Amino acid sequence: MVCYVAVLLLLPLASIIWTALEPGWATIRETFTDPDVLHALYLTAVIALITVIVTAVFGVIVAWVLVRQRFRGRSFLNALVDLPFALSPVTVGLACVLLFGLGGWFKPWFDARGIQIIFALPSMILVTIFISIPFVIREVQPVLEEVGVDEEDAARTLGASVWQSFRKVTVPNIRWGLLYGVALSAARAIGEIGAVLIVSGGIQGKTETATIYIFRAVEERQTPSAYVVALSLALASIVLLLTIELAKRRVEKERAR
Amino acid sequence: MTKPIVVEQLTKRFGAFEAVADVTFTAPEGAITALLGPSGSGKSTVLRMIAGLEVPTAGHVWMGDEELTVKSVQERQVGFVFQHYALFRHMTVADNVAFGLSVRKESKATQRARVEELLELVQLAPFARRYPDQLSGGQRQRVALARALAPRPQVLLLDEPFGALDARVRQDLRRWLDGLHRELGVTSLLVTHDQEEALELANRIVVMHEGRIEQVGTPREIYDDPATAFVAGFVGSANVLHGEVIDGHVHLGTFRVPGAAHLDEGVAATAYVRPHDIRIDRSGTSDVQATVERVSSLGWLARLTLVLPGGETVVAHVPQHELHGASEGDVVSVDMRNPKAFARDGLDGGAVDPTDDPAAEPPAVRSA
Repeated sequence: MVCYVAVLLLLPLASIIWTALEPGWATIRETFTDPDVLHALYLTAVIALITVIVTAVFGVIVAWVLVRQRFRGRSFLNALVDLPFALSPVTVGLACVLLFGLGGWFKPWFDARGIQIIFALPSMILVTIFISIPFVIREVQPVLEEVGVDEEDAARTLGASVWQSFRKVTVPNIRWGLLYGVALSAARAIGEIGAVLIVSGGIQGKTETATIYIFRAVEERQTPSAYVVALSLALASIVLLLTIELAKRRVEKERAR
Repeated sequence: MTKPIVVEQLTKRFGAFEAVADVTFTAPEGAITALLGPSGSGKSTVLRMIAGLEVPTAGHVWMGDEELTVKSVQERQVGFVFQHYALFRHMTVADNVAFGLSVRKESKATQRARVEELLELVQLAPFARRYPDQLSGGQRQRVALARALAPRPQVLLLDEPFGALDARVRQDLRRWLDGLHRELGVTSLLVTHDQEEALELANRIVVMHEGRIEQVGTPREIYDDPATAFVAGFVGSANVLHGEVIDGHVHLGTFRVPGAAHLDEGVAATAYVRPHDIRIDRSGTSDVQATVERVSSLGWLARLTLVLPGGETVVAHVPQHELHGASEGDVVSVDMRNPKAFARDGLDGGAVDPTDDPAAEPPAVRSA
């Protein structure tokens, strides 16, 4: 069993490493000096960064509301959080095109202000945020549930404002759960292709992310550079994986208290 | 500077459920007032409304002459101690105690001095750099108390502060809190379901049941003069005897107990008799005869289970020297003093059957 899993997980990784490094340093140097590659990596980093910040802030707020507040439609909202998991990213991209693209509802408004949404960075960030939303919420929710309201109440009776109580008591209590959610979010944002490809059009050197670059490079039979970029994404994933593992351990440790 | 707390017609409804109904009482300046009641009696909700953690449906709370109800939790300056300590788990003991001062932007030097002073007071100075999960329950609750006292609150609210501790620690901490209160003299309101705790610590007790106040009084008044059947049954242990009022007595078929002069003739009534108010006599002069079913020794006291002629079982606590050698199977005369009779309108609340309570401390100890 362990063997099977190891082969299943490690073999692809090993093959990527092998194939990427096989042609030698020249190819690697060439790949990393190609402006298209650099731009694609830069774009992926920008999208991931913005996605992580937005989903972290938004996710903590939504998780807090879902756990701490009692209101009509709470369970509906709670179910709605999983929607991005259930939808195929391609569908999400398509929905975005329908809203902001030619003949879309919001297109006239943005056109009038000279803002380009589709085939530009805004739509790429928008769909990536949408598909990454559930991670932080779902990781923070149980932690909030677990720590309870007593400490927040105590902070308030000691003279803390709602904001002070949130910053000094709630956030430190959920930090490892938050980091876990953020790492998952980042991994998802870096790896996404379907939704982003549809809304961006994958214009070389302009709206081409790292994953889209790999896709195109393979199509155009530039396999060595595709492997090199794939390897750098894989390395990023490994770093995130280690972060996730660390965060998970801390969450479990704090729960055991 | 400490102030009295005045609670005026406080009401809290959760949907159709009335958790607190029209509660009015005063917690006098500098005293410990206990809110005593079984779980679900609304006493914690009252406390949380005073602190501002719960918004009342109706009514007012005053601290001295300032109205609290219009203020936010943050502005109320009450110290609150939670049942499960609610210490900030990611902060050291010292940081926990300093929290109330740091959110008020007190200088670092002031904070340090006050933290030192309070940790000294709760005898935890060597633990300043520890984290809450490295402390025992009793230590944690002392940190929580120090933390609540640090910003010099005008009143101290304690929500079942010893509820999560084991019996031994609870006793120690109770005595310790008593001493601390004598020293500080801050108006305190203690929520508890433990009547012993209320009788021992409080100068004044407010007994609550199903969201309402049953009685307000000194521990002696509550114990000796219960105003309602519920109080008679809930505070201290009592034998519960059901009968009918005839000629100022509660009749139970073959015998009667006095104390029902205030009730109407023919009404169904319940008499409450404390186990230590029952005396036995082997001479047979009393008109009530009972069979001794069981004798168990509680040290200087003996606990007797007696079966009355009508088949009712009562428990008596009798000093060993008044036992006169009575043993299981003997027939003895029974004298019941100070019975409290109440008309029975369906329910008699939380009557405690003393036979179910083998751990009960002999009641005589408490009123001493």
